[in-house]
Amino acid sequence: MKLHEYQARDLLARYGIPVTGGGVAVTPTEARAIAEQIGGPVVVKAQVHVGGRGKAGGVKLAQTPAEAEQVAGQILGMNIKGLTVEKVLVAEAVSYEREIYLSAILDRGSKRVMMIASAEGGVEIEEVAKTKPEAIVKIPAHPTMGLLDFQARELAFRIGLRDGRQARQFAQIASALYRAFVESDASLAEINPLVVKADGSLLALDSKVLLDESGLFRHPDLAALHDPSAEPEAERRAREANITYIKLDGNIGCMVNGAGLAMATMDVIKLSGGEPANFLDIGGGASKEKVKTALQIILSDPNVKAVLFNIFGGITRVDEVARGIIAALEEVPTNVPMVARLVGTNEEAGRALLAESKLIPAATLAEGAQKAVAAARGEL
Amino acid sequence: MLKKRMLPRDAGKTLIAYVYTDDKEERVSILIDANTRLLVQGITGKEGEFHTRQMIEYGTKVVAGVVPGRGGQTAIDGRVPVFNTVSEAVAATGANTAVIYVPAPFAPDAIRESAAAGIPLIVCITEGIPALDMVSTYAFIQECGVRLIGPNCPGLLTPGAAKVGIIPGNIAMPGPVGIVSKSGTLTYEAVDALTRLGIGQSTIVGIGGDPIIGTNFIDVLAMFEADPQTEAIVLIGEIGGTAEQEAAAYIKAHVSKPVVGFIAGQTAPPGKRMGHAGAIISGGEGTAQEKIAALESVGVRVARMPADIAGLVKEALSARKV
Repeated sequence: MKLHEYQARDLLARYGIPVTGGGVAVTPTEARAIAEQIGGPVVVKAQVHVGGRGKAGGVKLAQTPAEAEQVAGQILGMNIKGLTVEKVLVAEAVSYEREIYLSAILDRGSKRVMMIASAEGGVEIEEVAKTKPEAIVKIPAHPTMGLLDFQARELAFRIGLRDGRQARQFAQIASALYRAFVESDASLAEINPLVVKADGSLLALDSKVLLDESGLFRHPDLAALHDPSAEPEAERRAREANITYIKLDGNIGCMVNGAGLAMATMDVIKLSGGEPANFLDIGGGASKEKVKTALQIILSDPNVKAVLFNIFGGITRVDEVARGIIAALEEVPTNVPMVARLVGTNEEAGRALLAESKLIPAATLAEGAQKAVAAARGEL
Repeated sequence: MLKKRMLPRDAGKTLIAYVYTDDKEERVSILIDANTRLLVQGITGKEGEFHTRQMIEYGTKVVAGVVPGRGGQTAIDGRVPVFNTVSEAVAATGANTAVIYVPAPFAPDAIRESAAAGIPLIVCITEGIPALDMVSTYAFIQECGVRLIGPNCPGLLTPGAAKVGIIPGNIAMPGPVGIVSKSGTLTYEAVDALTRLGIGQSTIVGIGGDPIIGTNFIDVLAMFEADPQTEAIVLIGEIGGTAEQEAAAYIKAHVSKPVVGFIAGQTAPPGKRMGHAGAIISGGEGTAQEKIAALESVGVRVARMPADIAGLVKEALSARKV
């Protein structure tokens, strides 16, 4: 789960990390009031879950409260990569001398929390990794003792902070970031840029926090930060029904059991000349109710012109799955053609059931994908 | 009888563990075989009970269940004794493998309990364990010197010998192909297609789709390379992380047997988690394309569609026999 910038900022502030002041506005008038309180130039920043909002015009500088109101008016309601801006962060504009990078991530390779720092801040770390990999310093925190003080100091010195007081402040920020990461079950906590001000002190200017959804059950306060407007309706419905659904841009809906098989199904649709409309993992079993909900979710996408069922029945028998699908189809009226490829245990019985339904049967995934592609073009 | 035996472990290293073995039986698979004495954590839960029945039906020796507070009772129609703790269960039954069907909030502790009791092989089926719990748990199992498969995995199947987890036994048959995969149903597809071609499997290993897992591709590749029964290997990966690239480097240096690959997620958009917690392209890293390229560059034949896996294996096996 992604936090908005202002939510990430507030989280880091609770751990004593110096952040910019200011507040969140949902109307231009509120933006003006916040700017008046700050009493100087401000930055107005769109709070949407997409990268590159600066380039899209979602971040603007304002010298006066009146200007803040005006630019907030421009940014609020703006559409950035398909998402509508509903909130802006109005923060004091800070002058600084240089930008540093600092983050904590869950590192698969070392199976530890990795602290990453670089003197090259202000640009994406992936970019630095490509152009100047030697500028990136990585130190893994101890798996049970955590980030040790000497490790935090080492980060500071290795990115070239020579002033003792500044290095000490950086180490404190790194330790605080590590604690914030661990105590909120994050998968990423990033400060970019962490700026060096004229007096040498450090300030987190922008931050990004991703939370591990599997850890949310023990953080009801963080789970409450979930912004429903940032999640499409269909994805929310799917999540509540324990179905994983991700909308894509194509026109062939798919319903699959298992995440790996669902990805492979999308791939085969593409190889067959079509474009998948979604990723959908219905999970173990395929009861009538679950198939019904999944089908309604798939069909809620107006682009969908055909649906491909790809189910491998292992412990759940194929004939049971076929019954579930047929019963669900009776309750979801639609003219969208449906192709079903069901294999595994008891597949003959399953196929016999399908033969009596309006589903178009397919013996293999390739055949199913080809039929779905043809059906979507109106050729079947 | 209780014997000291070498178990395969991280490449280049070995682990000595005490396991029960029958002197006469030859080891013809990796990780689990007819000598497996299985302990089920969470045996009275819905999933645990259902799959324990399936495992017993397949012929696996399920010797104990562990459910705190239910020690002294029995499960599965009186067939399996239940213990309060893993260490009691091990002392009483000689269990040498544990499988975990405990809900996510409690599963890390279940792993640690089996590790502390010295069970050399622990298979965790549970999905949805917080990744940070696995950071400390992984460090702990390493201290204990035991192997963890998973979490969020379908488990292990040695056709005709033993099943630990949820892989459907009826689609598999004994034979020469070792399978290692991050996925569940996609693996079943490959197994089913192989069986239909009359090609059996030595052991099927589901390593799981989480970001932090106990056993990686490389660990399993090393075991298959060393296993005399395995003649060809199928590696099924997906987007996210770099485990497939590391596997490619390992194959180049250490694997002489033919490897057939498949990578799911060529059409997955960046930044979206595709079902599995670990299946995400982030910062441009972890794409299917780069994984396929890495595997092909070391001579792995990568199937474009899951259905092609079995055919490529057949070709690889017949080329090997010539």
